Amino acid sequence: MLIRRPSDIAPSEITPRALFEDRRQFIRDAGLFAAAAGLAVTGVHPRSARAQTGKGFPNLKKGAYPIGEASTPFKDVTSYNNFYEFGTGKEDPAENAGTLKPRPWSVSVEGECAKPRRWDLDELLKLAALEERIYRLRCVEGWSMVIPWVGYPLAELIKRAEPASKAKYVEFTTLMDPKQMPGQRMAVLDWPYVEGLRIDEAMNPLTLLTLGLYGDVLPNQNGAPVRVVVPWKYGFKSAKSIVRIRFTEQEPRTAWNKAIASEYGFYSNVNPQVDHPRWSQARERRIGEFTKRPTLMFNGYGEQVASLYTGMDPKKFF
Amino acid sequence: MIPSWRPDAGQARWLKVALFLLCLAPFVRLGWLAWHHGLGANPIEHITRATGWWTLTFLMITLTVTPARKLLSQPWLLRLRRMLGLFAFFYGSLHFTTYLWLDQFFDVGAIIKDVIKRPFITLGFSAFVLLIPLAATSTNAMVRRLGARRWQWLHQAVFVIGTLGVIHFWWLVKKDITEPLIFAAILSVLLGTRVVYRLRDTRPEARNRSVVRPYPRGRGAPSRGKA
Repeated sequence: MLIRRPSDIAPSEITPRALFEDRRQFIRDAGLFAAAAGLAVTGVHPRSARAQTGKGFPNLKKGAYPIGEASTPFKDVTSYNNFYEFGTGKEDPAENAGTLKPRPWSVSVEGECAKPRRWDLDELLKLAALEERIYRLRCVEGWSMVIPWVGYPLAELIKRAEPASKAKYVEFTTLMDPKQMPGQRMAVLDWPYVEGLRIDEAMNPLTLLTLGLYGDVLPNQNGAPVRVVVPWKYGFKSAKSIVRIRFTEQEPRTAWNKAIASEYGFYSNVNPQVDHPRWSQARERRIGEFTKRPTLMFNGYGEQVASLYTGMDPKKFF
Repeated sequence: MIPSWRPDAGQARWLKVALFLLCLAPFVRLGWLAWHHGLGANPIEHITRATGWWTLTFLMITLTVTPARKLLSQPWLLRLRRMLGLFAFFYGSLHFTTYLWLDQFFDVGAIIKDVIKRPFITLGFSAFVLLIPLAATSTNAMVRRLGARRWQWLHQAVFVIGTLGVIHFWWLVKKDITEPLIFAAILSVLLGTRVVYRLRDTRPEARNRSVVRPYPRGRGAPSRGKA
């Protein structure tokens, strides 16, 4: 396996820190400047303007696994989200996620491993070379998007923790803070949100430790500042705003599985042949398209991941 | 008690025109949003949700007419019930059309599978099918042809339709059942008042009295006052 040496320069160092942390002001100023220059900038939301500058992560290398499908517009990717920590409506996260403070942030890596430690966000940003990975995202509800994420394989982080032989699973825990995440005041799910993967799934090169999208840092509503993306599984398996990564011997009890075990299994691999008990998973609506398209086995990533599940009955391990 | 008001023919007409426009407002709003790309990232889901929500809401409003007219002693309210019921049917038809056309794109095979395999679709579909005869028999002529008693018997189906509609909503949401619960609570109150009125009405002629002619000969609502 080819292991690329991480870049020594964190993107946060390339972008002047003052700007990085006060980019809203920067955008306001830029907006004023542009307006003065006679450019039409009215109606541009500061947050979207920020990410659309695309200057957060310069010189991103184009990542592996190109799919040759058009990316879903930035506006849709950042305004149509399932992130119950900010409300159960699709528009709620974009509206309410302003209370989340993505800096300072750290992720604790712990559990069955030789080198547990706490990683500061800036350390994570330069832990490995950031690349752009354009992945399909298939929601369990029957819609899908194509999103240009920014990150590197989660395996990079896992290897540095030196997991023990007992480490059979990896558990991800989202931030628990009802002040920052007002949706946690409602007992829709058993907070904090917990997700998990088998360790071989977590080590698969497709599994992305994700720090950005559309060339810039993650907008809050998309799971800032750090999340995972597991493109062959339904969207809810990809934990957002992660504060803890833990190696366990037992299968983690995940949030949706605890909520409705008969509908949301631990594996939740995208599979057009295994229906959700209440609706079909055979087709999906790609956001921005009119008619539905057929859903692909493993969301089209069978070549990379099918071998992980040989001999397992997908109806039993759904 | 609020004094019983009886609108004259002119007032009644204006009242109906105003109500008609008000009932049309959600439809106009959807159209406006669609035209201005205001339906969000998933417009079809938005339209499906909105039309379904308004169907349920109009069913609930329609079911409110009878208890409201009794509690407030405003018998004239009955004259608005047909329009409200027909608007429930109107939004139900839009909801159903959205499903057939925008969601499934007339894929008959997928639709049949859905209706058979998905309990929430089965319920929603049944509720809509049951609404059709009610809409079809809503004219004065049909009331006369059926006779008040048979008409009333048939239109009691609305209790079943309301219940199916609420369960349909309940079963389709992923986890947050707040809204279906609110609808369920409203429906329980509306059905509960009817049970209470039935139980209280112990007079021997109660069974006959409970049959109110919806649109008796000539114009206007029954002038029965307190029932």
